[in-house]
Amino acid sequence: MAEKRCGGMGADDGNRQRSIRYILSFGILFALLLLFLVWNIRVGSVSVSYDEIIRSLLGQEIGETAANILWRIRMPRALAAAILGGALALSGYLLQTFFHNPIAGPFVLGISSGAKLTVALVMVFSLGNAFRASSGMMIIAAFVGAMLSMGFVLLMSRKVQRMSMLIISGVMIGYICSAITDLIVTFANDADIVNLHNWSKGSFSGITWENVAVMTLVVGVVFVIVFFMSKPISAYQMGEAYAQNMGIHIRLFRAALVVLSSILSACITAFAGPVSFVGIAVPHLVKNLFRTSKPILMIPACFLGGGVFCLFCDLIARTLFAPTELSISTVTAVFGAPVVILIMICRQKEKM
Amino acid sequence: MEKKYFYTEAMTVGYQGVPLIHNIKIHISRGEILTMIGPNGAGKSTILKSIARQLNLLGGMVYLDNRDLTKMPGNELAQKMAVVFTERIRSEMMTCEDIVATGRYPYTGKFGILSKADRKVIAEAMEMVHMTELRNQDFMKISDGQRQRVMLARAICQEPEIILLDEPTSYLDVKYKLEFMTILQEMTRTKKLSVIMSLHELDLAERISDRILCVHENYVEKFGPPEEIFVPGYISHLFEMTAGSFEEGSGLVELEAPQGAPEVFVIAGAGTGRSIFRRLQRKGIPFAVGILYENDLDYPTAKALAVKVLSAGPFEAISEEQIKSAKDWMDQCPEVICCRDSFGVWDQANARLSEYAKQCGKLKVYP
Repeated sequence: MAEKRCGGMGADDGNRQRSIRYILSFGILFALLLLFLVWNIRVGSVSVSYDEIIRSLLGQEIGETAANILWRIRMPRALAAAILGGALALSGYLLQTFFHNPIAGPFVLGISSGAKLTVALVMVFSLGNAFRASSGMMIIAAFVGAMLSMGFVLLMSRKVQRMSMLIISGVMIGYICSAITDLIVTFANDADIVNLHNWSKGSFSGITWENVAVMTLVVGVVFVIVFFMSKPISAYQMGEAYAQNMGIHIRLFRAALVVLSSILSACITAFAGPVSFVGIAVPHLVKNLFRTSKPILMIPACFLGGGVFCLFCDLIARTLFAPTELSISTVTAVFGAPVVILIMICRQKEKM
Repeated sequence: MEKKYFYTEAMTVGYQGVPLIHNIKIHISRGEILTMIGPNGAGKSTILKSIARQLNLLGGMVYLDNRDLTKMPGNELAQKMAVVFTERIRSEMMTCEDIVATGRYPYTGKFGILSKADRKVIAEAMEMVHMTELRNQDFMKISDGQRQRVMLARAICQEPEIILLDEPTSYLDVKYKLEFMTILQEMTRTKKLSVIMSLHELDLAERISDRILCVHENYVEKFGPPEEIFVPGYISHLFEMTAGSFEEGSGLVELEAPQGAPEVFVIAGAGTGRSIFRRLQRKGIPFAVGILYENDLDYPTAKALAVKVLSAGPFEAISEEQIKSAKDWMDQCPEVICCRDSFGVWDQANARLSEYAKQCGKLKVYP
């Protein structure tokens, strides 16, 4: 009897501990996001003081150079890093859910590279014909590429049963697309191609407010839809058979996951080029922080975590060897790839 | 005929448009248990998956509560039907309680937030399968048997009217097997739950089922109450058994009987002989047994393992002729084992056989 009561209390305590953990984790993520946002805005070849940032935000006059750097360059760039990072992590989370595979992500499955290829094509075409491709056009181009790659991955997933083989075929598609992109970039003979070259390696530089507005709209809408899907996602985590029993229309649901994750990866690729490993590393780290995989928590948490991760990586990319800028993928790979290795080691242990 | 809670009409099931089993006609009422038995790969899982709407029907109709099952909205079906499949689920960072809680899905709101009432149902379901102490453990870090119980709790907290189980007892030891079946039985009585499952344990199937469906190499051979199914010789036929035997009366299996001329004659009875028969079988020694009453405890095992069983009808007197025949068999055997240390008033025939063996110098007393 005494034991039973003890057990009951333990359970309540467990629930409370969990809630505290969730709140604390969200607190940490928000704090980090804010910290890195400010840090990103402040630090660079020209340093802007906190005082100036606050004054500028309040609408007061500061020096013209400082204002320009702040409003024209750093703010849109930092916001883009946060939004696109979040989108990337969320896209990875959706793909992992879809394939029931913790190392699935837009980059390893070749979806980013597919998007990159079509965007490069559109860019080169638009340069050749002397018009500027709008943000919307870029996203659509990227989405087409992402869907093409995704279609190929899906075809492969029917043929190969093993998840590792699926990843390998995704990586191969990625290489093929990248090779073609490089070819296009190399032979596109234009001065503006330097920009394209930077973009094709992945970078948050050169983001405009117009870009930010478009990405906020697209990513925001997708985020809301995904958040409303958290309940079916939780059922889908148990496997298709059980999800079906719960009354989920499996085909519709799977199609939604594919389209939504492709839109997200397309959005990132259109604005920042391919960014590696964020989609795998962030959901994994966030899961470990929260110690749960409940979608209703994971979806916002992955988004925040992705933002933090990309802000952090972009900070390093900009400042480590300033004035030379590293490509964002270089930095995300350094921090992301070890996480992937760690996941694989843990999975192996679990099997034994 | 009264309308049953669940019934099928000319149901045809199969994969990807290729029919595997035609014309299945089964029915159960509320609170009944239907068990499917049959060899591996016969199509039991295919039938279950078709009923659960994982596979499209290739023909015929399925009715649940007088409604066409194929046309029922998903959420409504989820409130009526729960499933426990063999496929292993991989979870990440989910406690056993989290897994059980997924069963509340059809009852929760847009975001799947659990109410107090939901939590109560979950706690009760966990209590029912005796896994409350596992609630905060990671689902991936418990044993297969425990996992199976968690999945049952999950199905229970879905508060279904009918539950489908595919070989639910595979990973369970005997204690949990019986416990699992007891829980099912309890729920059929208290909650009028209907159960459709496939089982490999024929003894359990015979004991728990109200109806049994025999699936034999892609067609349904028999459907009826267990007493119509477990008739002598049928199980060997159903499974096309090539070695050993299944005794329908007791639900026991015996290994293949040693062949050849009997080398040992065993005097047994009242359950004293079974362990000797099996010991001889293990050593591959052919043997004869006599004289057993056909209602003796030793009789089924002797029948399955001995080359020759000399028997008398239940409670009949043993005739001189039968004793003579037993002596003849004894003469052929180099050795006689007597498992009995005393003989009852009505068992003087065996006493005389034992005496005869002693005179011949062949008798070994066991133990």
